[in-house]
Amino acid sequence: MEENIILTKHINKINPMAIDDYIKVNGYEALKKVLKDDPLNIIKEIKESALRGRGGAAFNTGIKMESVYNEKETDKYVICNADEGEPGNFKDRYLMENNPHQLIEGIIIAGYAVGSTKAHIYIRGEYDKSKNILMHALKEAKERGFLGSNIIGSNFNYEIEIFSGMGSYVCGEETALIESIEGKVGRPRIKPPFPTVKGLFDKPTLLNNVETLSNIPYIVLNGGSKYASIGTESSKGTMLISLSGNVKRSGVFEVPFGTSIKYIIGVLGETTFEKIKMIQLGGPSGPIIPLEMVDLKIDIDAMRKSNLSIGSGAIIVIDNHFNMFEILRKNIRFFEHESCGKCTPCREGIRQIRYILSLFVNNLANQSDLAMLEELTHYISETSFCGLGQAATNSVASTLKYFRSEYEMRIKK
Amino acid sequence: MDIKKIIEEKGKKPENAIQILKEVQKINNYKYLSSPQIKIIADELGLSESKIVSLLSFYTLITEKYRGKYVIQICTNVSCYVNGSNNIVKEFEKELGIKMGETTSDGLFTLEYTSCIGCCNIAPAIRIGNKKFGELTPQKIQAIISKCRENL
Ligand SMILES: Cc1cc2nc3c(=O)[nH]c(=O)nc-3n(C[C@H](O)[C@H](O)[C@H](O)COP(=O)(O)O)c2cc1C
Ligand code: SF4
Repeated sequence: MEENIILTKHINKINPMAIDDYIKVNGYEALKKVLKDDPLNIIKEIKESALRGRGGAAFNTGIKMESVYNEKETDKYVICNADEGEPGNFKDRYLMENNPHQLIEGIIIAGYAVGSTKAHIYIRGEYDKSKNILMHALKEAKERGFLGSNIIGSNFNYEIEIFSGMGSYVCGEETALIESIEGKVGRPRIKPPFPTVKGLFDKPTLLNNVETLSNIPYIVLNGGSKYASIGTESSKGTMLISLSGNVKRSGVFEVPFGTSIKYIIGVLGETTFEKIKMIQLGGPSGPIIPLEMVDLKIDIDAMRKSNLSIGSGAIIVIDNHFNMFEILRKNIRFFEHESCGKCTPCREGIRQIRYILSLFVNNLANQSDLAMLEELTHYISETSFCGLGQAATNSVASTLKYFRSEYEMRIKK
Repeated sequence: MDIKKIIEEKGKKPENAIQILKEVQKINNYKYLSSPQIKIIADELGLSESKIVSLLSFYTLITEKYRGKYVIQICTNVSCYVNGSNNIVKEFEKELGIKMGETTSDGLFTLEYTSCIGCCNIAPAIRIGNKKFGELTPQKIQAIISKCRENL
């Protein structure tokens, strides 16, 4: 599958601290190419690639770029979301630490395409090493004239600034992230207006995930149709998978869409299946599926039809000697801690869910607790203000569906 | 560095409050912000102290809570949990003679939980200052603690 590797192709072959290594493998050639071109042609290629955001929501990137392009304001921003707050995900860190220039080149091209002159990289406060590598890379890019004024002899100027997050998961949500850069408590804004229209400092803003932006140099150099030749009908290109948990070989793996979870765990993760009981997709905000579903393929729309999602690409494998309710309670505690408190269903409802799960952990639940749990998971996901609350109960809802007997077994008779 | 100088450098605007708080916290070795420091920042930026405190309580990486020289942050999210993070917690508590959330009486160590630090590939993992340690076993913990003590 060598030809299906895009983002990780040069990783471990180039030194992330040496810009010349990146330049040797065609680095910054995509930028040179676009600076002679009409921004609309770049957007056309991205649309043709059918690239979809890798931050979790899988929105079409070309369409988002076009909306920002169409805004008439003179000040526009690009924001790279490097908050990677969802436990179990570490692929953005992997990209930043191993190929920072690929990301930087992607950001500059995106900025040129939408007509912005400044970008912010919002990076998790816990990612000290990634931040240092990026700062070094930005310095090198500036010295070589890929950033700053009159980039490679053109009349295009661009600036990238790094903003450190301060330890808050909800700040990964795009509007909360913008509030946070503006120096406020990071609570989500009401949408619409979307950031593409009114984003940072109320200016049109293109906000994309690290992996999404890192794909751009390849698409520009090789063409959108080449990119779209990889993957499935609904999901083009490759996806980075963060594999962890009870596996023999954990790590980040790049796979074309359409790859099965079985292949990822068994072949890439070198893990046998006898002991596996649960597989959590995407992180705490994602569903937990049983081993019987391991043939499932990574495909955004096909998964959505079954109410499933892989979020930002985490796969967490859990052995049969762990108690499912203990795992669920961990997921829920995470959201309880990270809830920003703005709306009641999320702030109060998640706490109730945790309480009922504790009853199950201690074999004290009865039939009405089960009914209440079911109702609450539904209610919280339907009525919460932002994606945090809306997704917080996915793990519970999926186990109510796929591991129903575990609940019933624990009900007091 | 002097607080006022940090404020000048970052820009004396309320929207820079978070970045200023983070920088000032570095004066105390990344550990916490004292109440006199909070007062100066609030006055300089024209914000109320309660506004500053609301930022401190929302963002977990800035805090007004006193913490020891080495803040040991242990990840117990699912990937670390299924790789034995509970035993790591127990071992640290035993070795240091404190519970999670507490600081040793000599002011050297504080034990805390942390959200995922993106080290799931080397679970179970912890973070001390800006260093991360992974693939931990109870045996390795003794060595980590001694190393911190030596670096005094
Ligand atoms: C609670 C919450 C946390 C999020 N955290 C992240 C994150 O850490 N990184 C990220 O790229 N997107 C995150 N997102 C998704 C962003 O809101 C946004 O959709 C995404 O960054 C857009 O980029 P993309 O189109 O390239 O995916 C989060 C969403 C929610 C609701
Ligand atoms: S759903 Fe939760 S995190 Fe989102 S706005 Fe409501 S309280 Fe805040």
